[in-house]
Amino acid sequence: MTAALAEVGGGGLRGLGERRVVDPRAHGELLAPQIQRVLADAGKAPRDLGAIVAGLGPGPFTGLRVGLATAAAMGQALGIPAYGICTLDALGRAAGPGRVLVATDARRREVYFATYQDGVRVTGPEVAKPADVPVDAERAVGEGAVKYSDIFKIPIDDRVLYPSGEALIALALGEIEAGAEGGVLTPLYLRRPDAVAATERKHVLQ
Amino acid sequence: MSDEPLVLGIETSCDETGVGIVRGHTLLADQIASSVEQHARFGGVVPEVASRAHLEAIVPTMQRALDEAKVTLNDIDAIAVTAGPGLAGALLVGVAAAKGYALAADKPIYGVNHLAAHVAVDTLEHGPLPEPAVAMLVSGGHSSLLLVDDLTAGVTPLGATIDDAAGEAFDKVARLLGLGFPGGPVIDRLAREGDRGAISFPRGLTAPKDFAKHRFDFSFSGLKTAVARWVEARERSGEPVPVADVAASFQDAVCDVLTAKALDACREHGVETLIIGGGVAANSRLRLLAEERAAKFGIRVRVPRPQLCTDNGAMVAALGSHLVAAGVAPSRLDLPADSAMALTSIAVAG
Ligand SMILES: [Zn+2]
Repeated sequence: MTAALAEVGGGGLRGLGERRVVDPRAHGELLAPQIQRVLADAGKAPRDLGAIVAGLGPGPFTGLRVGLATAAAMGQALGIPAYGICTLDALGRAAGPGRVLVATDARRREVYFATYQDGVRVTGPEVAKPADVPVDAERAVGEGAVKYSDIFKIPIDDRVLYPSGEALIALALGEIEAGAEGGVLTPLYLRRPDAVAATERKHVLQ
Repeated sequence: MSDEPLVLGIETSCDETGVGIVRGHTLLADQIASSVEQHARFGGVVPEVASRAHLEAIVPTMQRALDEAKVTLNDIDAIAVTAGPGLAGALLVGVAAAKGYALAADKPIYGVNHLAAHVAVDTLEHGPLPEPAVAMLVSGGHSSLLLVDDLTAGVTPLGATIDDAAGEAFDKVARLLGLGFPGGPVIDRLAREGDRGAISFPRGLTAPKDFAKHRFDFSFSGLKTAVARWVEARERSGEPVPVADVAASFQDAVCDVLTAKALDACREHGVETLIIGGGVAANSRLRLLAEERAAKFGIRVRVPRPQLCTDNGAMVAALGSHLVAAGVAPSRLDLPADSAMALTSIAVAG
């Protein structure tokens, strides 16, 4: 979970602060206070914000929804646009030049993945078992790549593990500077809800 | 009165996304988006489906509520949100959104108890709550009897279901009769054409031996099984199932137990007002039977209109308004959602 603040202008951005907590249970409780702290550390208030950028995942649904509900509510309250960015893109961008596979841990022995050429996504995002991922890259990044490195069989760059908030802001730079309309923040779920349709009723008489 | 606090309420504990706005005890807006149709083919609420629907609905529902009340978020004095009990993932969406609104608009936030909100909503329709009162909350998610001494401080649970909730029993019986989901309204409708004395179904936890331990508790699982057995025996014998009679007899068994125990609780605690809330409060037989029986003891029954009985944001706003008026300190921005929130906590402590 990451909250970052940056000043945008002239085609670039200047980071004003970023805080990160790695605790999947903490999103619901800690995200809003963390945003508050990042703003306060920089001497800013929510009303100073001009746009909000949120990671759409893919990732654990509950945490994603906390992030997106918070972002959408803040955008609505402040009357400012909120932009959604595929979270894997932040890793793809951070991974640098060349052809790179980004893979994160999707649990259930699966990974979320996408392929990037010089930081730009060319395929994905998708979810699959590591053995079923079509590997078409010279190296891989992300915690999913580290965890299943023996299956991917390409060099792993383990310096790029978590998406940074600043990278997400950078990816929305064009929209922010153009004053583009915000989007509806819907998570990239990539999976259907686990639910089975009601079946014939069970018999109670033996 | 314009100097009363303007309070916004957000509810996402089950399958309804609700945003309500009140000024004091006056309802200004009550907007709901329901995902009930998305759950129908599963025969019950699917938590992940509900959570997804809440996230999609929260911003537009908020906008409709603000428009209806003709106010902006800046005008709001406090934001209340259901912190529990309810579905964990569903609660989190509402709590996260409420924090976003509270942080951005710099407003105090109250994480409140959903069951207490079901009681508080009655003040929007029938005025200040006579305390003490007994409240019976019956829905697909809860069946509880509560003693309400002071709604802003704490509520004493008297009893609750030990298995299925009352509304759940309606859903399950409707399903085995092939009537669809949700079961409450369709069973209520069919029961009017049936004979409620046709079949004698069991009344759970009403035997003398249950008096000591489960005097104010409910059990509907045995009733549901009894209905299933009866229907299946009929089918096996090749006879048609008299659906309206089954519906009427089942409904009467539920309402008989609910009203008998609720009025027993009122008399035991010397209380003159019974408040009924939750989706099952919309059941016509329940309302009628409660009023008939209460009249004999001089007890007044208060039931909000059906729209306020089911889950909604107005009830959360109504409870928030009580808390603000009583000078209760707001919760903190790190307040957790608590799917098993106890009734001893009306609001998450600040
Ligand atoms: Zn409820």
